[in-house]
Amino acid sequence: MKNTVILGALTVAGLAAGAASAATLDDVKARGNLNCGVSTGLTGFSAPDANGVWQGFDVAVCRAVAAAVLGDPMAVEFVSTTGQTRFTALASGEIDMLARNTTWTFSRDNDLKFEFVGVNYYDGQGFMVPKELGVSSAKELDGATVCIQTGTTTELNLADFFRVNNISYEPVPIETNAEAQQQYLAGACDVYTTDASGLAATRASFEAPGDHVILPEIISKEPLGPLVRHGDSEWGDIVRWSLNALIAAEEYGVTSANIEELSSAATDNPEINRLLGTEGELGAMIGLEADWAKKAIMANGNYGEIFEKTIGENTPIGLSRGLNAQWTEGGLMYSPPFR
Amino acid sequence: MTTMTDPPGQGFRLSQLIYDTRYRSLTIQVVAMIVLMLLFSWLVSNTIHNLQTLGKDFDFGFLTQPSGYDINQRLIEYDSQSTHGRAAVVGILNTLLVAVLGCALATVLGVIAGVLRLSNNWLVSRLMAVYVEGFRNVPLLLWIVLIFALMTESTPAPRAFRGDTPDASMLFDAVAITNRGVYIPAIHFASPFFTNGLFNWLLILAVLGASIFAISRLRHWATEKQEATGDRPTTWYLILGLLIVPTGLLMLLMGAFLDMPSLQGFNFGGGVHLRNSLIALWLALSLYTGAFIAEIVRGGILAVNKGQTEAAYALGIRPSTTMNLVILPQALRVIIPPLISQFLNLTKNSSLAIAVGYMDVRSTLGGITINQTGRELEGMLLLGLFYLVLSLLISGVMNVYNASVKLKER
Ligand SMILES: N[C@@H](CCC(=O)N[C@@H](CS)C(=O)NCC(=O)O)C(=O)O
Repeated sequence: MKNTVILGALTVAGLAAGAASAATLDDVKARGNLNCGVSTGLTGFSAPDANGVWQGFDVAVCRAVAAAVLGDPMAVEFVSTTGQTRFTALASGEIDMLARNTTWTFSRDNDLKFEFVGVNYYDGQGFMVPKELGVSSAKELDGATVCIQTGTTTELNLADFFRVNNISYEPVPIETNAEAQQQYLAGACDVYTTDASGLAATRASFEAPGDHVILPEIISKEPLGPLVRHGDSEWGDIVRWSLNALIAAEEYGVTSANIEELSSAATDNPEINRLLGTEGELGAMIGLEADWAKKAIMANGNYGEIFEKTIGENTPIGLSRGLNAQWTEGGLMYSPPFR
Repeated sequence: MTTMTDPPGQGFRLSQLIYDTRYRSLTIQVVAMIVLMLLFSWLVSNTIHNLQTLGKDFDFGFLTQPSGYDINQRLIEYDSQSTHGRAAVVGILNTLLVAVLGCALATVLGVIAGVLRLSNNWLVSRLMAVYVEGFRNVPLLLWIVLIFALMTESTPAPRAFRGDTPDASMLFDAVAITNRGVYIPAIHFASPFFTNGLFNWLLILAVLGASIFAISRLRHWATEKQEATGDRPTTWYLILGLLIVPTGLLMLLMGAFLDMPSLQGFNFGGGVHLRNSLIALWLALSLYTGAFIAEIVRGGILAVNKGQTEAAYALGIRPSTTMNLVILPQALRVIIPPLISQFLNLTKNSSLAIAVGYMDVRSTLGGITINQTGRELEGMLLLGLFYLVLSLLISGVMNVYNASVKLKER
């Protein structure tokens, strides 16, 4: 008798656990931390520092969401994913969101059933070669051996680029950036190709970055952004607006230096007031506390601050804002209004 | 208790299902079956439910869509415009290639190491023990990665072969060992009548097979003659001729020539490119499985009664002949069944290919295709089905062979 009860309970528990639950927000709150999928290690974007704490441009998005939802930017469980494992990890519910330089494409959105909540880096695919090869254009790469990460858009763009230009190449499929770097430096491939930002980050970690050049051709559009599963729009909204809060904060001049002051009492800029929760009910509308955006911004600063700290011009990676400047500065970063 | 003392013919009561030993096992089996079915149907319904919440369906249509990615090692025509289905076939062929090469080399290594481990020479038997224990006790993945790393780090890049005083040079002007693999000369056919490479090779193989059959008939004839007259006719030149002449003539007819690898642009062109990924995977799989096979062979030999050896020696048969004609044929009966499972292991272990970027079926269908199309369930099912069918085929073939060597009871 006892056994049947236990068995029955187990079955019910199993059924409950087995079905993918729709309310990710409740899960995250109940768990007390956010499971965020990141890369296996790409300096500047997502990599553990000397103390084992994850740092980077993509990591900052995870921390902002954790701060908005749980009030603690450190309440994140980082799950490293490769180009191949990331989508399975997200679809199966192992992670709540993915922030791993992932390109927003039609088929990933519609066929793989994900929801890209925005773009945190506008990128394109480039090529890196050793200087001594004397190559100055990607069109001269006929017959070259090319290292690529499998399970990426890189792989598909590369096939298209070489086919369209009617030149041949030998692909060397590789699982992670670290392996690609090692293979490339060992000369097992002539060329390394991936997102230009990734190339810059990879080159920055070389002993002699000056010996390698990034070719002028950018062969694709790679809008990189965080994504969640289809079917839970509330959760998608939270991640989307956490990212937007970071971008809007830069536009309105809200920084980690002045945020305490700006949020202590309503200012004369209603947009800032709504963003920081000193006016209106935006927090309640999204199912979070009134100061959710304030907490998200306080996690790592606004979008511009995060950019400068992790991959900006004063870091070894040295990326300029370019397309990723605010729309007011001629870039593409544009948050819909907070109202 | 009461059921046992009750007079028979009392009619059937429900409790008998549990307490009556006549029914009990049946009851247990039925219950277990029901539980199993429930579990299975729960799994299936759960899967369907989860797919629904994700908004996904179950559909193999992706196999006919263009794949969009390139594969470096292709045994059949394939490019990025080919379908995912074809990419899967390319992967399957690559898996089969490394499995066949691996099984062959592992058997050779295993038999040699197994026999030598029983050698009376202390040094030889110790060396073999080191080999066997070294490979058996370290995970295969480490060997694959180690061999691959050795091959990429310690060999020159193709550009080292360039220039007037190159840092590296080709062996005999025919073989180039680079950090991207080994380039060896290829045999091509110039004759306009034999343009289909695959067909040519099949034809050559057929002629070679016929030659070998003829040789075996010849030897049979020689043995019969020897038994009848006591003299064995000299046949070695006939055998050599049978082996070489027909195949040689055919290849001459086809206009066979050697295509030497040579430096072209970034890489070597011409010849056959054996990629490091293939070589590393092949060597690691063979060495690893070879160590297990060595133990099986040793066990098989030790299982043959010592009296057999002594009897053979007493008849004045030399040790090597004793091994070949007396011990090994009997040992084979013990060796074959566990050998089958080693072949199966090797084949399935070849899916570790991903560690070195070898494009086997796990990497094409089970890797890139799944990733690009999001068809995890379908892809994994197909992959499982492929390995299942392959394993069943291998054990089927090996079982037939086993039946042919086992003791025939008449
Ligand atoms: N944006 C592309 C490529 C993303 C990608 O894999 N990038 C590499 C290099 S920039 C990376 O993040 N590697 C980190 C890792 O290996 O974990 C995609 O979404 O498919």
